[in-house]
Amino acid sequence: MTPSVTLAQKFGYRFSWVGMIGLSIMLLWGIMALIAPNIIPHPVGEIVDEDYFGAISSRFWLGSDYLGRDMLSRILMGARYTVGISLAAVSIACFSGVVLGMTAAVVGGWFDAAVSRFLDAMNSIPGKLSGLVVVAAVGSSITVLIVTLAVIYTPGAYRFARALAVNINTMDYITVARTRGEGLVYIIGSEILPNIIGPVLADLGLRFVFIVLLLSGLSFLGLGVQPPYADWGALVHENVGGLPFGAPAVIVPSLAIASLTISVNLLIDNLPQKIRDRSA
Amino acid sequence: MSTYVLNLITVRLLIAALTLLIVSFAVFFATAMLPGDTATILLGQAATPEAVAGLRSAMHLDDPAYLRFLRWLVGLFRGDLGTSYVNNVAVADLIGGRFVNTMRLAGITALFSVPLALTLGITAAMFRGSLYDRAVTILTIGIISIPEFMVATSAVLVFSVYLKWLPALSFANDVTSIGQMLKVFAMPVISLTFVVAAQMIRMTRAAVIDTINTPYVETALLKGASRPRMVLRHALPNAVGPIVNAVALSLSYLVGGVIIVETIFNYPGIAKLMVDGVATRDLPLIQTCAMIFCVGYLSLITLADIIAILANPRLR
Repeated sequence: MTPSVTLAQKFGYRFSWVGMIGLSIMLLWGIMALIAPNIIPHPVGEIVDEDYFGAISSRFWLGSDYLGRDMLSRILMGARYTVGISLAAVSIACFSGVVLGMTAAVVGGWFDAAVSRFLDAMNSIPGKLSGLVVVAAVGSSITVLIVTLAVIYTPGAYRFARALAVNINTMDYITVARTRGEGLVYIIGSEILPNIIGPVLADLGLRFVFIVLLLSGLSFLGLGVQPPYADWGALVHENVGGLPFGAPAVIVPSLAIASLTISVNLLIDNLPQKIRDRSA
Repeated sequence: MSTYVLNLITVRLLIAALTLLIVSFAVFFATAMLPGDTATILLGQAATPEAVAGLRSAMHLDDPAYLRFLRWLVGLFRGDLGTSYVNNVAVADLIGGRFVNTMRLAGITALFSVPLALTLGITAAMFRGSLYDRAVTILTIGIISIPEFMVATSAVLVFSVYLKWLPALSFANDVTSIGQMLKVFAMPVISLTFVVAAQMIRMTRAAVIDTINTPYVETALLKGASRPRMVLRHALPNAVGPIVNAVALSLSYLVGGVIIVETIFNYPGIAKLMVDGVATRDLPLIQTCAMIFCVGYLSLITLADIIAILANPRLR
C-alpha cells in the first residue's frame, strides 16, 4: 500500500467514470436551466427563420420549429420547465413520502396499517391515468402539474423509506433512544434518517427520472405544460407534424429528455455501494 | 393446494377489492368534487339560473357527495356507465367497439413481446457478464429511460420515414385482408413491444440470475454441467414462478404505453377516447375509461402476486 491518499480514499468512495459522465451531463442541464435566459441566441417566442421545420444550420444550431422559431433557444428554455417542475415535484414527493414512511415505521400499529393500505391503493392507479384525470378535472397549470406529480410519486417514496426505516427501527440504539424518552421527531430525524439517507437519495434520483418521463408524456399528449411555455415534452408535441420529414425539431427535444434521464440512471447505477446500501 | 395458500390468495383478492374501492373513490372525487359546476358547464354561461337549477336536480347534483358516489358505483356494477356530456351518447356505446380494439392491440403486443423478452432475458442471464449480456442490458436500460413517445416516434422515423415500409397512421376500421391488418397493427405493436419487452427482459434476467446464485445451481456447475444445462435444467424450473410474475408485472406497463401509442398512431381504442375526453372535459367518459384501466392494471398486479404465492414451493 502506498502512503499517498487519493481523493477516492479520503472520502471512502470510488466513482466510476460512467457515473461521472452521468453526473456531468446532469449538472450541465442544471446549469443550462439556470442561465438559459442569458445565453439563448434568439428570443423564444419570436419567429426568426423564414422556413418552418428548418434544418440544422450555422445560424440555427438545432434547426427551427413549426413556426420558424429557433429550436436551440426553445430547448434551453424548455430545460427550465422540465428540470424545474420535476425537481420541485420530486422534492415534495420524497419529503412527504420519507417523513410519512419513517413515522409509520416508528409509530406502527393502526397508523402504519391505514397509511400503508391507503398509499398502496393510490399506487395502483397508473401514473399517466391519474395525470389525465386531474388535468381533466382542474385543467393544466404548472402548479397543478407539480402537485399532481408529487402526489403520484409520494406512495413509492413512502414504501421505499418505510421498508428501510422498519429495519433500522429494530436496532438497539433506537430502543435506547426510546427508553431515554426521546420524542418522535428526534427519533426519525436524528436516529433513523442519517442511516437511510444514502439509499433515499438514490431513490430520489430514480423517482426524478420517472417524473421527468411522466411530465414529458403528459406534455406530449398536450395536457402538460401549456403554451406559451413549453417543456421538452411540449416541444415534441407541437412539432410532431415534422415527423414525416424527420425534422430536427421533433428529434432534438426527445434526445434532450433521453440525455437527462439516461445520465441520471447512469449516475445512480454507478453510485458507490457504500452510498446505495448504507442501511444494509 | 393447502388451505394456507388458499387463505393467502383470498386475502390478496380481498385487498384487491378494497384497493379497487379506494381507487374508484379517488377517481370519482378527483373528477366530481373539483371546481366548476357541471350544470353550468353543460348549459354554458348564458343559461338562466332556473335552467341550471332544473338540470342540477335532474342530474341529482344537489345530493350529498357520498350518495352520488354510491349511485355512480352501483351504476358501474350494473353496467350503467352514464351519458357523455359532450354528445349525449351512452358511454357504454362510445366504449364498446373501441374496447375490443384496445384489447386486440394489447393481446397482439403480449403475443410478440412475451416470447421475445423471455428468450432475451434468459439467454442474457445464461451468459451473464458477456458482451451479449451487456448489450442487452444497455439496450433495455436505454429503452426504460426514455419516454414511450420517443420509442414510438423513433419507430415512425425508422420504419416509415427512412425505410418507407409501413404507414405512419393506422385505422383499425378498414381492415379487410391479413396484409392490411399487418400494416395497421405493425407500428403500434412494434412500439408497445419495445416498451413492454424492455421491462420484461430486465425482470426475467434478474429472476433467473437470482436462481443462479443459489447453492444448488453452484453445485450443478461444480459437478461439471455446461452453462446452458446449468441454467435450463437446474435454474429455470425454479425460476418459472418469478418469471411468470415478471411477465404479469411488465404487462401492466401496457396501460401507460397504450395511452401514448394510441394517441400517436391515431388508433381508435379507449385510450385515445379518454385523451380526447380530457380535452373536452367529458367527465363520465373519463371516469369510466379510468376505471377500465385501473381494473386492468390492478388485475395484472394481483395476478402477479397470486402467481408469486403459487410458485413459492415453501408455501405448498
